[in-house]
Amino acid sequence: MNMTDAQLHAKTQRRRNKDKINQLIFLASTSIGIIVLMILIIDILIDGIHFLRPELFTNFPSRLPSRAGLVSALIGSIYMLLILAPLSFIIGVGAAIYLVEYAKKGPVSNFIQVCISTLAGIPSIVYGILGLTIFVQLLNLGNSLLAGIFTMTLLVLPVIIVSSQEAIKAVPAARRDASFALGATKWQTVQNAVLPSAIPGILTGVILSVSRAIGETAPLVVIGAATFVPFLPANLLDQFTVLPLQIYNWIGLPRIEFQQLAASGIIVLLVLLVVMNITAVVIRNKYQKNI
Amino acid sequence: MSAPNQTNLDMFKNNRSHLADKIVPTLLFLCALVSVLTLLGIIYALFSESINFFKQVPVIDFLTGTQWFPLAEEGKEFGVLPLLTGTLLVTVIACIVSIPIGLASAIYLSEYASDGVRRVLKPVLEILAGVPTIVYGYFALSVVSPFIQWILPETSLFNALSAGIVMGIMIIPMISSLSEDAMNAVPRAMRNGAFALGATRLEVALKIVVPAALSGIIASFVLGFSRAIGETMIVTVAAGGSPVLTLNPLESIQTMTAYIVQVSMGDVARGGVEYGTIYAVGLTLFLITLLINIFANYITKKFREEY
Repeated sequence: MNMTDAQLHAKTQRRRNKDKINQLIFLASTSIGIIVLMILIIDILIDGIHFLRPELFTNFPSRLPSRAGLVSALIGSIYMLLILAPLSFIIGVGAAIYLVEYAKKGPVSNFIQVCISTLAGIPSIVYGILGLTIFVQLLNLGNSLLAGIFTMTLLVLPVIIVSSQEAIKAVPAARRDASFALGATKWQTVQNAVLPSAIPGILTGVILSVSRAIGETAPLVVIGAATFVPFLPANLLDQFTVLPLQIYNWIGLPRIEFQQLAASGIIVLLVLLVVMNITAVVIRNKYQKNI
Repeated sequence: MSAPNQTNLDMFKNNRSHLADKIVPTLLFLCALVSVLTLLGIIYALFSESINFFKQVPVIDFLTGTQWFPLAEEGKEFGVLPLLTGTLLVTVIACIVSIPIGLASAIYLSEYASDGVRRVLKPVLEILAGVPTIVYGYFALSVVSPFIQWILPETSLFNALSAGIVMGIMIIPMISSLSEDAMNAVPRAMRNGAFALGATRLEVALKIVVPAALSGIIASFVLGFSRAIGETMIVTVAAGGSPVLTLNPLESIQTMTAYIVQVSMGDVARGGVEYGTIYAVGLTLFLITLLINIFANYITKKFREEY
């Protein structure tokens, strides 16, 4: 090929321009997410601000929009959060410790790992069918708060186990060796050398998964959680509702006021999730300093 | 101060920790066993009721029937195809939205963005991934559907297009972050080699990085597809509840997940053939997502290029 300097220069210039143009296209694509998030928040604030008043937090659901509130849903979500978080933490971290620290490499631990990664890809609504069959019917818990909590625990476990495993694996081997060299037993080593340095990563994973569960609707619809609950659950076997279910119920009602109520409910739900995520960051920073 | 019982205390402590070392592994194993039991429970739940259902409705009729009227008073029809095409229609729209945008943002974040820009953009994508699906459903119904109706006035309020677009937006962060992980795994030296030959960043991205990370990128598409198939609340709220066999995205359709919700919200008596439909549809959904996830796994393992 015979190319004069001028032709070569022009070609290089074209390639550079193409690079610049594509950079803009890529940046624009990345910005779509930000733009949509802003539109979503603005839309919800505009729709929801009207009903964001004290009565929203003190009143039960009502057929009259002016008297409707979400106290039963908010309390239901908080009850669920308070039991789901420790329950899924204990089982999830327990399973992760077993798989990383105790299990021998072999068919048993491989099989457990395959089960966990399979579970992580199953749609949440299928967990609802599981909860309906096992907890609601077989164990006769009915459509109670307890059945809902158990179903949600199984839903969040795979993600908690995987993220905890990663946090535990990231602990340097030297910490374990040092502990063993001091004569500590296996469990003492796990307790005093491994967990303290893995706990920030573990907690981040647990809080993020639990906040995912707090926003989840489909499995609870399937286990038959009621959408109209004009009372507070008195015990774990009582009927219950949670914020996403209440929001879903309001979205389905025809009057425009109920759409606005749904938007108010969404604001409350998003604030709850933001608080949980900030807690995750605070806890992580606090523990990270102490090590 | 003397410590007469120091030795005893040590022994006691040692015994206690030995005891802990005996019990703890069993307790931890039981925690791990929960996952195995969950999977077995899911398989048991889906199959036990589905078998009853398929005793009354032949599998062939279920898989090839084009009419889905299981709740009708008379002339019940149990052909799952309308639900399958409805699911597929929304999922394909979601992929059309999310794959180009997700891949483009992965390329931007991995190949173009400075550290500062990345520190701002990545958390925003994470927030987008953490928004509950019911909120996306509300967004589809209150913003996207009216917008589509404004452009194409004959569109019904509940339509597959709106649900598909919003579902695509929901999946963007997933595709973007999985693809970016795959691109980050491509060694710096390969990029530097191309740069040294005078390649632009675009040429490096498209001719070096994307081909080298292709298995991870395609796996991210497949996982996004599978996620879209199992998504429930967006389609329940925004896509409607009419199981019709159509490929027109402007019509109201029903997906498999939305059907399960519809039956769960109603008062269908337990044990009947109508009740069995949610198990049969749930089983279909379970098997489809399972096969797709296995496929994604296969792609990553089979075509991974090790550096």
